[in-house]
Amino acid sequence: MKKVICLTAIAAAFALATPAYASSILDEYRNQAQQENPSFNGFSAERGKAFFLTQHATGKAETPACTSCHTNDPTQSGLTRAGKSIAPLAVSVSPDRYTDQRKVEKWFRRNCNSVLGRACTTIEKGDFITFMQTQ
Amino acid sequence: MLNKKTLFAAALVIVAGSSVAHADERYRPISDEVVKKECGACHMAFQPQMLPKRSWIKIMDTLDDHFGEDASLDKETNDDIKNYLVENASDSGWWSGKFLRGVADDWTPLRITEIPYWVREHNKEVPNWAWSDPKVKSKANCVACHPRAAMGNYDDD
Repeated sequence: MKKVICLTAIAAAFALATPAYASSILDEYRNQAQQENPSFNGFSAERGKAFFLTQHATGKAETPACTSCHTNDPTQSGLTRAGKSIAPLAVSVSPDRYTDQRKVEKWFRRNCNSVLGRACTTIEKGDFITFMQTQ
Repeated sequence: MLNKKTLFAAALVIVAGSSVAHADERYRPISDEVVKKECGACHMAFQPQMLPKRSWIKIMDTLDDHFGEDASLDKETNDDIKNYLVENASDSGWWSGKFLRGVADDWTPLRITEIPYWVREHNKEVPNWAWSDPKVKSKANCVACHPRAAMGNYDDD
């Protein structure tokens, strides 16, 4: 009986400790943000929204904003400049959007450079995903 | 014995054969999964037989500014893809295909849509207004008019 309880407890611990993938990537960004700045006090969906909608225009001329390809509505499909459909950014519509860390980092690296002309900060990335989780 | 009938039949076969050949816009589909996935992330993965080796090398060496976007990859993936494209480029075989015609040796075209053969084929059949259709959006969007383009089939006219 003890064994059964023990196993159940272990199984439960695993089940509870395994976070949704999107938040595990977010947890990493949170840790990173805390290390970079001790006064960091959490990501903000509001800031993420503003960032997403801003016409930055500091990167390449063809892509002044996230919305250039992703449209203003994260629940809608976007369109690349070459005419290919892009899956929506909103977690409610694309639940597996932020589950593969290499993929997430790859697209932040490319798209931040294209749109902003620089790498995104950890806070910008965390805010962005936090906003997309509310969409 | 070569009689008139045989000659006529032979001529018919030649004419029919050549007209079929003209409509035959088939290219070997891309077999490399990484090439398909990475090149196909933003646009259809174009068949490498449409550009010469030097073009693919330059494209793969300048992915951080790929027609106005950062499309850079890690070095290993970049090298793998470059190898595949070079191995299957328009000048990789012993023959000289239609995509090489009119491409001078000192020219490194970066767009398939600049290749004389491509330009001629599309000028013949595509009116200007068709390019500005929002469903087409870009000359890089082959599948807008060639729905089987990703499989290497451009037989739609």
